[in-house]
Amino acid sequence: MTEKIKFVQGNEACVEGALYAGVDFFAGYPITPSTEIAEVLSKRLPEKGGKFIQMEDEIASMCAIIGASLTGHKVMTATSGPGFSLKQEALGYACMAEIPCVIVNVQRGGPSTGNPTHVSQGDINQARWGTHGDHSIIALTASNHQDVFAMTVDAFNLAETYRTPVVLLFDEAVGHMREKLIVPEAGEIARVDRLRTSLGKGVDYHPYLPREDGRLPMSDFGGDHRYNVTGLFHDMWGFPSNNPKVVSGLLHHLNDKIENNVHNITRYKEHFMDDAEYILISYGSSARSAIHIATNRRARGEKMGVLELQSLWPFPEAMIREKCANAKAVLVVEMNMGQVMRHVKAAVDRPENVFLVNRIDGKLITPTDIKSLLRVIQGRGV
Amino acid sequence: MKRTRLIFSGSGGQGVITAAIILAEAAVIHEGKNATQSQSYGAAARGGSTRSDVIISDEDIMFPEVNQANTLVCLTQESYNTYKELVRPGGIVITDSRFVTTTKKVDAKQIELPMYQTVMDKIGKPIVFNVCMLGAVLGVTEILKPPSVMDVLKSRVPEDFIEMNRKALDLGMDLGALRAV
Repeated sequence: MTEKIKFVQGNEACVEGALYAGVDFFAGYPITPSTEIAEVLSKRLPEKGGKFIQMEDEIASMCAIIGASLTGHKVMTATSGPGFSLKQEALGYACMAEIPCVIVNVQRGGPSTGNPTHVSQGDINQARWGTHGDHSIIALTASNHQDVFAMTVDAFNLAETYRTPVVLLFDEAVGHMREKLIVPEAGEIARVDRLRTSLGKGVDYHPYLPREDGRLPMSDFGGDHRYNVTGLFHDMWGFPSNNPKVVSGLLHHLNDKIENNVHNITRYKEHFMDDAEYILISYGSSARSAIHIATNRRARGEKMGVLELQSLWPFPEAMIREKCANAKAVLVVEMNMGQVMRHVKAAVDRPENVFLVNRIDGKLITPTDIKSLLRVIQGRGV
Repeated sequence: MKRTRLIFSGSGGQGVITAAIILAEAAVIHEGKNATQSQSYGAAARGGSTRSDVIISDEDIMFPEVNQANTLVCLTQESYNTYKELVRPGGIVITDSRFVTTTKKVDAKQIELPMYQTVMDKIGKPIVFNVCMLGAVLGVTEILKPPSVMDVLKSRVPEDFIEMNRKALDLGMDLGALRAV
């Protein structure tokens, strides 16, 4: 039993989750504060017969995992802001060609090389719109190591289910902090494996012809079937097409497969949310401070709760509107200039009651930071 | 025990961060408690002030940083000067008497221990200075059972060095026990 309890960094919890989900190929380029993910996988992956490659840069790493995924592997790369910027072009290719992959971004201060060793949550919108064109994407996050583990497993599962890149938006504070992790027994958390075509060798296989349920079975590239993969708009054979029907059909498909499943993809936690009049919406390490405050305020009888977001994209608009319907005030606690706050404002019925509680100096937002703004909002002065 | 907050500080290379990790790991793995360990990373690896925060609790721990430490450990003058205000009024400050001269302006029980000197006299290897410090913390605060910490050391230290670490831990505990609170 005790060997299943670990005391590890958040980055190591991510590695444990990836291994549990069945990762067998990792390509990356080290960058603070994500480096431990590559470091630990460089040891662990070969031990279980997987492949670890340190590439020449982040662009090549992203391309390598896309290729490996096509050949049938469960793949991941890990980086931070500057590397995540470099990966955007290939990320768009994976969206377009519908290639399952997991990209971890352990966020640090930006823009540019920014504040390498300090915490930030400034890449939320980059995860959504960093690559060009009307694509859709899934992004998950977590505030503690048990959830880092669970969300990493989920990321692999969602990538396979929807044939899409999934971004894990962690941050420096959770990535580097150490705390308890209990690794579940094999089978305790369900694993989604690759949906492969049942067509045999020599039978015509259409890589982009959906089944009745809308899913696209894959065929390991280089195996039984020959097919084309491209970043251009393509038909069911995977060949380039600019036929307006094909173009709009594919773009609708890329968006619908994710946006129509928001309710299936949305992940969140409620802390003291029953009858809450003041709601703190937060995610990642910021949520730890928000929960700290709400715990103390509830002990004093104040009706305060925390809505902790674990999926950020597709944005859980409907869920947030419903949860905040009776709130006197909604405070979005995050470490950026209001990237999630803007989407919360757009989601709720009374946007004038939504406030930003942020910190952008590289320090973890503290319970005191939240408390002082709360006093102002509640009309009690500073 | 409700919640204990500790800050370990010193200069890079003294092993204060490793000591913090060992203590927190012992609490989680061997005593079934919750613990967090965090540290501020900078560009420098050696020299300069380093600090690591540990919180040990029976309950969930949310905010992982320590602002009011129950126990503050300072192994250099610079870290003492920088962090002495972070001890909770009435808390404990443990310093090494060779490296730190304390001031009276701190509202806490200040315990100066000749940890470095004892390690050099009895073992002769500065590498276990941090483990002696950890022993002193256990001796003074009785926050965890010493075998829990020893078990973690056994899992992290090469076999040939386990006895040296055990001795350093014992030396620290003896020093600390004399000043137990």
